[in-house]
Amino acid sequence: MSLPKRSNPKTSAKSAKAEVFSLSVAEMEAVAKRLRRHIITMIGKAGSGHPGGSLSAVEILTTLYFKVLRHKPQDPNWPDRDRFILSKGHAAPVLYSALAECGYFPVEELLTLRQMDSRLQGHTDRTVTPGVEMSAGALGQGLSFAIGVALAGRLSARDYRTYVLLGDGECDEGQVWEAAMAAAHFKVDNLVAIVDNNGQQIGGWNRDVMNLEPFNKKWLAFGWQVIEVDGHSIPQLIQAFDQSKRFKRQPTVIIAHTIKGKGVSFMENNPDFHGKAPNAEEVKLALKELE
Amino acid sequence: MAQEVSLRETYGETLVELGMENPDIVALDADLCRSTMTQLFAQKFPERFFDCGIAEQNMVGIAAGLAASGKIPFASTFAVFAPGRCFDQIRMSIAQPKLNVKLVVTHGGISVGEDGTSHQAIEDLSLIGSLPGFTVIIPADAIETAQAVRVAAAHLGPFYIRLCRPKLPLVYDQGYRFVLGKAVTMRQGGDATIIAIGLMVKAALEAAEGLKRQGIDCRVLNMPTLKPIDEAAITQAAAETGAIVTAEEHLEHGGLGSAVAGVVARHRPVPMELVAIKDTYAKSGKPAELLGRYGLTAGDIEKAVHAAIKRKR
Repeated sequence: MSLPKRSNPKTSAKSAKAEVFSLSVAEMEAVAKRLRRHIITMIGKAGSGHPGGSLSAVEILTTLYFKVLRHKPQDPNWPDRDRFILSKGHAAPVLYSALAECGYFPVEELLTLRQMDSRLQGHTDRTVTPGVEMSAGALGQGLSFAIGVALAGRLSARDYRTYVLLGDGECDEGQVWEAAMAAAHFKVDNLVAIVDNNGQQIGGWNRDVMNLEPFNKKWLAFGWQVIEVDGHSIPQLIQAFDQSKRFKRQPTVIIAHTIKGKGVSFMENNPDFHGKAPNAEEVKLALKELE
Repeated sequence: MAQEVSLRETYGETLVELGMENPDIVALDADLCRSTMTQLFAQKFPERFFDCGIAEQNMVGIAAGLAASGKIPFASTFAVFAPGRCFDQIRMSIAQPKLNVKLVVTHGGISVGEDGTSHQAIEDLSLIGSLPGFTVIIPADAIETAQAVRVAAAHLGPFYIRLCRPKLPLVYDQGYRFVLGKAVTMRQGGDATIIAIGLMVKAALEAAEGLKRQGIDCRVLNMPTLKPIDEAAITQAAAETGAIVTAEEHLEHGGLGSAVAGVVARHRPVPMELVAIKDTYAKSGKPAELLGRYGLTAGDIEKAVHAAIKRKR
């Protein structure tokens, strides 16, 4: 089993030094496809992991890492970097794929996912992986952490922005709403939450497990600016991130409507692939669909 | 009688001093700043203070994010709420990533008094002590509190400092220097050793006085750093005095007694007795009444010393 090669290594090499990657939409769509192939390949090799919620977040991470974030892959602790915090830590494969494509570590390392002594732990670990801002996996903790990061930026008069990705199912956790209340109270306008609203959690559809609706009204009621987009549309995501910069004295949430397992027909909207690896045959089928 | 000083007020005052010395010091609270005394910091540095409301889980997460971004956050609430209310947040957002968060909690133990069981932290040392990499400190008086808070600010990594609600008599003079990870010999003696923490240090000294009148010469160690514990001092005490009694305002399970017993069993087995709360919750009452009811007085320590010495070979 091998990983897909970067379609344009020249661009990647050049971009590795840049503060902001500025890929065209077409280039980003190509990156998104590579991320999907990485996700399938690495989880297939590992034999366990969470493909569904990784695939649903591919365009969100692609847009952030290749268009929005100001970052230096060769200098992961650069103090002025924009921060991306993955709160839904089980989607580690999509983050690892994006980081590898940016040049934080070699793409080949993705094949070590979940192996003993790998830097790519089953859920994110900020102590071992370059570019990973937070140790996550216990759901509901990322938004609080992101508020702290954003407040520190404000206190230090650094102009970085903080982005945090939550799962919709993750919003069952009470801590998310403690944090939602606090972010509005502290008026952290350098903070953007994105919800990967794929409608499903491990036990099935959210509406059956624990209804979240009316979801946007909850965020509005907690004092947030709310933007809703098609989470698989890179142009819509770019526009939403641009728009979030204009909101002052209020945090922004981008509710990104997505499809769990997006891009692989037999994984789409299938909660069985929340936390199950594809077998060898399924990997082959999936990669064929992602050619 | 020795002067009684509030550990909480000392904490608040020390935090203000630290805030003046270092702009990266920030403080957080969960709507208890008038009790934990972080309000002193809040008044002096309102822009560096974050009252998170009654939401300890969120407070811990925000503190972690601040620490990950170069700040030195002191987060305070009652000991029963942190770690009790937010154990997983402390585990994943602070302990695992080894972030530089200082949890300084007040109202530890049953000396909280009349508020009763819900507010009496008697499991907190067991919980927090179980987390890899956490440094755990229980000061015995206000002088030690001030120094421990300063040491926590100066050292990288997660710290837990547990203070009690009542004012405590000073057991140190101003010349005392707290050294992280070191036991303090409060009194020399060769017949047995009493190892104590927090308000039980004063009780241990009183017990040693009482025992002296009975012809028993006790060593008294204060063990302000519960973790990492001073194994050398414990081993030496076991070797030189042949019997050990621990005294703490905590459940028998998972606190000072358990930690000392682990060291003694590994390095120098000797008879041991534990003065601690026995697998039960307490209730409302005056602090002194509660300490009496649940076996945490100088008299209880004396009895335990007799029992330990009797078991010596």
